[in-house]
Amino acid sequence: METTLARGAHSAAPPLLQVDSVTLAFGGVRALSGVGFGVQPGSITAVIGPNGAGKTSLFNTISGFYRPTGGSIRFKGQDITRIPAPQRARMGLGRSFQNIALFRGMTVLDNIKLGRHAHLKTNVFDALFYMGRARREEAALRRDIEERIIDFLEIDHIRHAPVSALSYGLQKRVEMARALAMQPEILMLDEPVAGMNREETEDMARFILDVRAEWGVTVLMVEHDMGMVMDLSDHVVVLNFGQVIAQGVPAVVQADPEVGRAYLGSGNVDELRAKLRAAAQPAMAGAA
Amino acid sequence: MDWAYLFEISLTGIASGGLYALAALAFVMVYKATRVVNIAIGEMLMAGGYLFFTFAAMWALPLWLAIPAAVLACGLLGAVIERTMIRPLLGEPPISVFMVTVGLSSVLIGLVEMVWTADQRRLPEFMPSDPIMVGDAFLAPKVFWGAVVAAVFIAAVLLVFRYWRGGVALRATASDQAAAYSVGINVPRVFSLAWVASAMLAAISGIIVGSIGGISSSMGVFGLSVLVVVIVGGLDSVLGALVGGILIGLVEALAGAYLGGEYKLLATFVVLVVILMARPYGLFGTHEIERL
Amino acid sequence: MRIGTLKESYVADAALFDSRTQHAWLAIAATLLLLFPFVASDYWLYMACLVAINVASATGLNILTGYTGLVSLGQAAFMGLGAYTVAILQTRYGTPFLLNLLAGGVVAMLGGIVVGIPSLRVKGLYLAIATIAASFIAHFLFANFQITGGTAGLSLPPARLLGMDLDTSFRLYWLIVPVAVLMLLGAANLFRTRIGRAFIAIRDRDISAEVLGIPLLRYKLLSFGLSSFYAGLAGGLWAYFFRVVTPESFPLSMSIFFLAAIIVGGMGSILGGILGAVFMTMVPELLKLVVDLLPGGAALAVFLSPVRLVVFGALIIGFLVFEPLGLAEIWRRVRRFFHLWPFRN
Repeated sequence: METTLARGAHSAAPPLLQVDSVTLAFGGVRALSGVGFGVQPGSITAVIGPNGAGKTSLFNTISGFYRPTGGSIRFKGQDITRIPAPQRARMGLGRSFQNIALFRGMTVLDNIKLGRHAHLKTNVFDALFYMGRARREEAALRRDIEERIIDFLEIDHIRHAPVSALSYGLQKRVEMARALAMQPEILMLDEPVAGMNREETEDMARFILDVRAEWGVTVLMVEHDMGMVMDLSDHVVVLNFGQVIAQGVPAVVQADPEVGRAYLGSGNVDELRAKLRAAAQPAMAGAA
Repeated sequence: MDWAYLFEISLTGIASGGLYALAALAFVMVYKATRVVNIAIGEMLMAGGYLFFTFAAMWALPLWLAIPAAVLACGLLGAVIERTMIRPLLGEPPISVFMVTVGLSSVLIGLVEMVWTADQRRLPEFMPSDPIMVGDAFLAPKVFWGAVVAAVFIAAVLLVFRYWRGGVALRATASDQAAAYSVGINVPRVFSLAWVASAMLAAISGIIVGSIGGISSSMGVFGLSVLVVVIVGGLDSVLGALVGGILIGLVEALAGAYLGGEYKLLATFVVLVVILMARPYGLFGTHEIERL
Repeated sequence: MRIGTLKESYVADAALFDSRTQHAWLAIAATLLLLFPFVASDYWLYMACLVAINVASATGLNILTGYTGLVSLGQAAFMGLGAYTVAILQTRYGTPFLLNLLAGGVVAMLGGIVVGIPSLRVKGLYLAIATIAASFIAHFLFANFQITGGTAGLSLPPARLLGMDLDTSFRLYWLIVPVAVLMLLGAANLFRTRIGRAFIAIRDRDISAEVLGIPLLRYKLLSFGLSSFYAGLAGGLWAYFFRVVTPESFPLSMSIFFLAAIIVGGMGSILGGILGAVFMTMVPELLKLVVDLLPGGAALAVFLSPVRLVVFGALIIGFLVFEPLGLAEIWRRVRRFFHLWPFRN
């Protein structure tokens, strides 16, 4: 069920990412059924829904890790449903993971550099010889990461640290840094503030807004923190049991009875609506 | 086309396939319970064969004592292995345990060569030696009786996994140790049990295989065919061990008869490559769905 | 981490040897390597060449198993491919040794790709089993064909450099050691680039790596091909060193030797490859020494081969259980102690 508001609002530009009737089934289990929505360039879109709704499966399908059993995905106007994951990364699909997926055998800097992999040109012969193209490329990469990413995310003090030694909050930030290194046009963040306290959440929210403002990156995020969702997003998509049950601007979605029912079951919907509104208020006041 | 010959060869193939299935079962038991790939399965088989040799030939114990003694001793070996080199690596990446089993195979071969030298030995005869005839086809009696024993144990294990709650416990600990712990399954005990059972099955297999072809320190090469069997059948499938075993037994027998003895192993590996290309998780293995 | 090293440029920060002390040590090491052949006895020259060959091969295996996380038991088989290629080219065509060595590496690399393509598509485990299979197939090929001299093998004339036969350990030293050093340098360089990082990513978390832009199959094959190339090159050196190659020269136990070398030395570290290879090469010599010293030693000599097997296996198990990061980690701990020592109290 889509609200007409969503349809009309950003119909000017074509969507950067368009998901059309995507279905994903594992044997008898349907993770996604007929999921469809668009992500406008330059927007922050949030995908919300109760646990098990299929949000991460959706991300994995867009990333190319799962192949949908039906439907299509279009990115920058191109059909990417059959394109392998590494190529999607090269096209500008950046990603961070729900459970931190940093590479424990490498330092922070190397993890971030890895994000740029698909855009680098060094081949194995260049690498073995190193002096020459590999050295130049690595130096340019290092400069770029230091000046644009490490500085931006304020992680210069830990750049040489092994990632396994970092706190959870810092690891999440390194994840973000790595995703940024991918030179993404769309940044898919899977629960970027999961497990963070108030301060860390606000920092991350600030980073996300800055990323959009300074880098022009479109953001698509899965999130449970309703304050953050209502506060940051231009567009919200609600999933439940693998289906889109509502989408639109935050205020409209918030008021949608279906959404309330999805999270809390059919109970007193008025009370629930009030609860949702109350949760959104302090976040909005704090950011303003 | 000599159909009688083909039939005879196939019969031998299927029977020896039963032996492969038994050894494959030993492998699957450990993998099903602990997710450990035991590359040393062939060497454990060899250990069983040599233990039997020690008890029956060197110490001249009567058969009804020597066979159980060898099986139990091998089971003890399995327990020691699990306790000293598998359990300490519980949280480590699976590649580490895998390499430990590689080291184990080397240690076992070395030990066997030290104690019993690298010469081939013959095991005392204990199986009925009347030739088995199926119509006009001849089947070597040892191979036949070996296959019968194998079939009995395979059936027993299949039933155990199906109906005994211990079988379910085995599968639970493999898929999630922490969860298994929390529902009251004694995980370390299950691990030990799996390794002991596997070692005992390997010993039985080793005794039979040794009776047929003699024992030697290079007997572990049998394990290579067993590895192919479990890949064909599926690493965690008991049924797969059975079907895979028979298939490989058949392939090797046919290759040996029509192409020559040196081509047996080659034929097995061709099957390996085909399976890896076509159905990498094996005929009956569970295709694990990874989550990002 | 080294104390008190300040870098003023990113390029400087990325250098392999980044401090004055390290440069000094490097200069000393280079001088020692240059002077060694002039002062060493024949026995030690022989050992040095053997160690260098093993270091080169172990480094290749380290790239695949230590850094990319793919276990291979085919190192010996690929060395054999390289050795036989060199032997055949040298005896039949008398082509220059550098060409032969390169050809050996390439043939081994192709063999690696053939083995890798079916087995790398799924789990790394299947590669291990496929490499065991490859060892047997290689043995079959070596023993059953005319061109490889059958079970008797091939004996080859020495390599010729500037009209001189490289037929003594002293002369071969100047071929083997520089090649080994270059191979080490190449491997170290690899891990300063995106290729090396991709390998480590595959080891640590391959499913995420793909979503981040690394085509898995291609890089796994690259790692395997590279490691086989190293093995083939080392095998070629081996052929010029021993001057005889037979089907029994490269048994599965040699693959286990190399696996033990990188586990003992420290997987995923270039230094580990060096330490492990040195250690493993010296262990059998030590055993021989012990057997000679013991009373009744002659009778024990027959046990040398099985004892070696037990020792190799025990080293693998022991290090994995007690010190999985190997000798390199022990070395790092010692170094750290000495770095911090001036600051105690």
